[in-house]
Amino acid sequence: MSDYNTMELMVCCAARELVDGSSVGVGTGAPCAAAMLAQKTHAPNLMIVFEAGGVAPLLPEMPISVGDSRTFFKGVMATSMPEIMETCSRGLIDYTFLGGAQIDMYGNLNSTQLGQDHNRPKTRFPGSGGANDFASFCWRMMVITPQDARRFTEKCDFITTPGWLQGGDSRAKLGLPKGCGPYRIITNMAVMDFEEKSKRMRIISINPGYSVKDVQDNCGFELLKADKIIETAHPTEEELRILRDQVDPGRIVIGR
Amino acid sequence: MEILKEGIATLFGDPDPDHARAFFRKKSRKMENKLMSVKEAVETFVHDGEYLGIGGFGANRIPTAVIHEIMRQGRKNMAFAGHTATHDFQLLCAGKVFNKLDGSYIVGLEARGLSPNARQYLQDGNVDITDWSNYALATRFKAAAMGVSFLPFRGTMGTDTFKWGAGKTITCPFTGETYMAVPALYPDVAAIHVHEADVYGNCRIKGISISDSDLARAAKRLIITTERIISNDEIRSNPTATMIPFYLVDAVCEVPYGSYPGNMAYEYFSDEEHLQEWLKVEKNPEEFKKFLDKNIYNCKSHFEYINLHGGIEKMCKLRDKELLSENHKNAGRDK
Repeated sequence: MSDYNTMELMVCCAARELVDGSSVGVGTGAPCAAAMLAQKTHAPNLMIVFEAGGVAPLLPEMPISVGDSRTFFKGVMATSMPEIMETCSRGLIDYTFLGGAQIDMYGNLNSTQLGQDHNRPKTRFPGSGGANDFASFCWRMMVITPQDARRFTEKCDFITTPGWLQGGDSRAKLGLPKGCGPYRIITNMAVMDFEEKSKRMRIISINPGYSVKDVQDNCGFELLKADKIIETAHPTEEELRILRDQVDPGRIVIGR
Repeated sequence: MEILKEGIATLFGDPDPDHARAFFRKKSRKMENKLMSVKEAVETFVHDGEYLGIGGFGANRIPTAVIHEIMRQGRKNMAFAGHTATHDFQLLCAGKVFNKLDGSYIVGLEARGLSPNARQYLQDGNVDITDWSNYALATRFKAAAMGVSFLPFRGTMGTDTFKWGAGKTITCPFTGETYMAVPALYPDVAAIHVHEADVYGNCRIKGISISDSDLARAAKRLIITTERIISNDEIRSNPTATMIPFYLVDAVCEVPYGSYPGNMAYEYFSDEEHLQEWLKVEKNPEEFKKFLDKNIYNCKSHFEYINLHGGIEKMCKLRDKELLSENHKNAGRDK
């Protein structure tokens, strides 16, 4: 087993979730690295789309913007944002990766603001962008994020992007498409899914070097625990080699 | 129709399609020469208090010269559609141009970080903000482009993005599904940067088009800046390539490297050093003021701005980077 950092582990975990022959809507950073790694390992037929209009590019390097020219470099189509979002709305995009300053037990995300005053926020963030759309329409939404008790919060100051909303069947009842929602939360400490009925976040896998207690201590709400919690598999030599040499040689995401 | 739930923020703009039709009825269909300077275009077509739309996506294919000119001419109290707005948003905040905002992606520059000044501008309570997702805001342009007052939309319901927006939920008369009704948005004026246009305003865009096809059709007045002017014969030799036809356009301005410091697909990459300089200098208000004077307020034109940042030599380097030429790759390896 070789040495690796937690970001490398998270990117490898995320990449493994992406099934060959499926489609993923990604942003910049770790999600893009995960999709590229999947393409170069077990999922050569993974279709990547970017919200600004890039479809199935042969990414020469990681984009800085989800609308820069790398996002449609040697792509099969350079189209519009409505076209990409309509494709999501029709049910053709399987996965997406999102993130935020806060996440609650149902996988709802806040990337808009801290504080309650809408027109005078304590801290203002970018807002939804395409995140709410991807989360509303893509079949399986995943999050790659560092884990701490401030981020994993009982209640988001602002729900920018829908997870399972209030849990149970609240999401479909409110009008969002049926059968889609948060799927995996990948952190530096663990991998979580969502319990089928309550839609509450549940630990399914613990990363090497951490315990269930560590994960719970760094979470602002009570996590459910799967009947059988496994240890997250280490990145393989091949995954690390491809990630470092081909996906992110500039070490923009994975660091040095 | 029964309204189930509705957003509590302000609806900016008038979604009435007959009001828009009355405006469009009087808009000229003459295919005439619309060439003018950016200064003249902004003087003529951009006014205080109006609703402004900006084409492109963040720091990609943005009409930088028009935004600088809007700042120089001191436009105020505008409404703005922040539909993945990054460097354009940063500029409009620096100029304190707007105080009404339809926001979907604002204050950030994606992977580059967040703009300290843009954040402060909002955190100080200068702006009345209405939230949308990118697709919802794009759908507002699409409804306007279609000449209808709203479109049904399946996202954002149940979130605070809905609550702090200005949409309403309705029931489908066919299936009983719940939808968000998204109101049409007809900006008073929009500016879009394109690769090629003729003097009449027939335009070609290469690569992704984001929402610009709909934005061009939704806007009451449209300023085009273009990397280069091509002939009308050239336009007519390949009409399939025309994305924006002349009858939507009010002004055509030739601005080579017009998206700088942003990216222009197949032409030049973004100037990441300069964009980082922006993020850094914004942390110091005094330095930032000097920086704005140097780069915008005391600059007469986009040429002058580009010359401050390495001129043609820099543009060649950004072209190498865009085209992934060997020069760039070697430079990358040396790092």
